[in-house]
Amino acid sequence: MNQVEQADIPAAGGFWNDTGKRGITAWIFSTDHKRIGLLYLYSVFGFFLVGAVLGLLLRIELMAPGRTIMNAQTYNALFTVHGVVMIFLFIIPGFQGSFGNLVMPIQIGARDVSFPRLNLLSWWLFIIGAVIIVVALFTGGGPPDTGWTFYVPFSSRTGTNVSLAVFGVFVIGFSSILTGLNFVTTIHRLRAEGMSWSRVPLFTWSLYATAWVQILATPILAITLVLVMAERLLGTGLFDPGQGGDPIMYQHLFWIYSHPAVYIMILPAMGVISDIVPVFSRKPIFGYKMIAFSSLAIAAAGSIVWGHHMFTSGMSDTAVLVFSFLTFIVAIPSAIKVFNWVSTLYKGSISLEAPMLFALSFILLFSIGGLSGLILGAAATDIHVHDTHFVVGHFHYVMFGGAGFAFFAAMHYWLPKFYGRRYAEKPAVIAWALMFTGFNILYFTMQVLGMRGMPRRYYDYLPEFAPLNLVATIGSWILAAGLVLMVINLFRGLFKGAEFSGNPWGGATLEWSVPTPPPSENFLQEPVVTHGPYDYRGAGIP
Amino acid sequence: MSHPMHKDYTGAKLGMWLFLFTELLLFSGLFLLYAVYLRRYPHEFTTAGKQLNWVLGSANTVILLTSSLFAAMAVTAAQRSEARRAVGLIGGTILCATGFMIIKYFEWSAKIGHGIYPGSEHLKAGAPGESVFFGLYYMTTGIHGLHVLIGGGLLAWIAAKVKGGSVNAEHFVLLENGALYWHLVDLIWIFIFPLYYLIL
Ligand code: HEM
Ligand SMILES: [Cu+2]
Repeated sequence: MNQVEQADIPAAGGFWNDTGKRGITAWIFSTDHKRIGLLYLYSVFGFFLVGAVLGLLLRIELMAPGRTIMNAQTYNALFTVHGVVMIFLFIIPGFQGSFGNLVMPIQIGARDVSFPRLNLLSWWLFIIGAVIIVVALFTGGGPPDTGWTFYVPFSSRTGTNVSLAVFGVFVIGFSSILTGLNFVTTIHRLRAEGMSWSRVPLFTWSLYATAWVQILATPILAITLVLVMAERLLGTGLFDPGQGGDPIMYQHLFWIYSHPAVYIMILPAMGVISDIVPVFSRKPIFGYKMIAFSSLAIAAAGSIVWGHHMFTSGMSDTAVLVFSFLTFIVAIPSAIKVFNWVSTLYKGSISLEAPMLFALSFILLFSIGGLSGLILGAAATDIHVHDTHFVVGHFHYVMFGGAGFAFFAAMHYWLPKFYGRRYAEKPAVIAWALMFTGFNILYFTMQVLGMRGMPRRYYDYLPEFAPLNLVATIGSWILAAGLVLMVINLFRGLFKGAEFSGNPWGGATLEWSVPTPPPSENFLQEPVVTHGPYDYRGAGIP
Repeated sequence: MSHPMHKDYTGAKLGMWLFLFTELLLFSGLFLLYAVYLRRYPHEFTTAGKQLNWVLGSANTVILLTSSLFAAMAVTAAQRSEARRAVGLIGGTILCATGFMIIKYFEWSAKIGHGIYPGSEHLKAGAPGESVFFGLYYMTTGIHGLHVLIGGGLLAWIAAKVKGGSVNAEHFVLLENGALYWHLVDLIWIFIFPLYYLIL
């Protein structure tokens, strides 16, 4: 079958009106992976915007020394809620839920995921968990103030509503596990004829590695959260030194999950970049096998390095040494990826459209984040910058500059495919430029502040930190301006923008071979794959 | 074009195995704590373990093993189109589950009656290692008990489907997965039992 022929067939609305049903119930009870993907997209992106507003408020408070707009308790609650929202409601469920659901089944030539109803259940569990967290903010003793890590003993003693919030996170963890096992099964079982493992697009490869992390790590988070609840509600004392327990054990359990969780955030982002960079360089990806393999290597090696979060918690010197060494090993597969992207760019005919701009800035920002990670991974330097703003700068470079920007890249790249309309290019580029500039002013300054000793999670600071804090806050406003412009442009474009049909980016992965927007079961005919995902000539594209 | 995925037997099994794996990992967090604290408090764990009633524990082990046998037999019966027999056998499993919970209830209430429960004065007054032991005991057996309840409910739901005919000799993967879940519940108990009841 010629795949380009399918793409040229006018879709007449595709999955948007294929089912005939209308209204909200046609969405929230739909088992179509594309509808579920959009449900996820809107919910996680909504949470992102909420989280961003909280982040801006934090920055305003830190704009000048002393009290600026809120009291210390509010500040504590805000950075906790900001962290919880960004981590558990945006970035962990974000990629798998939204773009994973939207794109993955099409990329492997399937009509849907293996367990469509389980997929819907995952979204429902996510929403239920999110609602529980929101309820926790307004009931009980008020929003939790522990930081998103819920460290004992503070989390087992504080009067704020930690138990309920933790329970919400637990429910979301369940959702994450179900998505993970659904994706692993789908990728194993539902690949179309001819879609051998070495023809699986790299985005799908990254989702596959991520799904394993979700399956293997999340149960540990689940039990840890249950134990925190038991600690608070029953007084089991497993983490309470007064009763023979050990708070360090909490940290171990928490980070056994939460470090791998970093890869739940970043691996799919890397997958997005691996799909976008070759398309906009008009060149096959360099080192396909190495990129696919390094995703698995990151997932595997990343699971044994959790101890680097605890260098200052009183581990044995041997443990510090081992964890430090292992941490450095994870840098290798990450560096392989960066090397391969850059090699793909080399001598490519690069077109700098919005998805590509976001992808390129991902490479830069992720590299800065990764390199500053090495400073934290080396015990000697970590002891100097531990729990300072350097750490805050580091993880924003990775989570926001990395995963966040890749998310934006994915929105510009794939959403037109599902809407049949596109954003306007010029505002998209301006928005990108604002965000990129603001981002670096904000977080690079934070790293400098941290190097100079400004602690993290502090409500107030010494006067000598005042000028740089003002700079950072101004950076956050530039960032926010770009964000607002991007959101307006994207959504205006999707509903009112110019028509987007066929395969204008010129991608060779399967999702570009189906009509725009794709029909309900994705393919008009059973696809037979005859070429690799980055083999542009094979795709019949001029 | 028909939907192949609803009949993907291997896929359904794969999904279930992955899920069982996550359950095992959930418990492994508790086993990890057990290992660490055992190393720290070997004496206290021994004395505390002696306070558990190994007769009741053994009885429960036998009951769970039997129930697993019933579950396995139910699958075979369903594959042979013997729906009534299958329903009866699942009933046997659920009966065992109930028996297990009743024994558990007596065990727990006896302990609580002696003032041994998380956060109790009795434990706080005793050696710290003992209170850790019982904290772990209640968490592990409690979460396991919850799994017994969920597994029992799941099997009851599946039994209704067997009776209604939607689970039959052609489509039995649901029953098979239910039985697998039950075997896991059984298996985890096989770990819990020696660790808590028999240790020295
Ligand atoms: C408009 C964008 C954002 C701004 C202005 C912002 C700002 C901040 C600030 C000021 C803090 C508190 C630092 C401290 O006192 O320790 C913080 C913490 C944090 N942020 Fe962001 N942030 C933004 C976006 C994000 C994104 C996209 C993510 C994740 C994907 C994220 C994840 C976190 C986390 C995990 C914390 C730590 C919370 C804690 O210490 O408990 N942020 N952010
Ligand atoms: Cu880490």
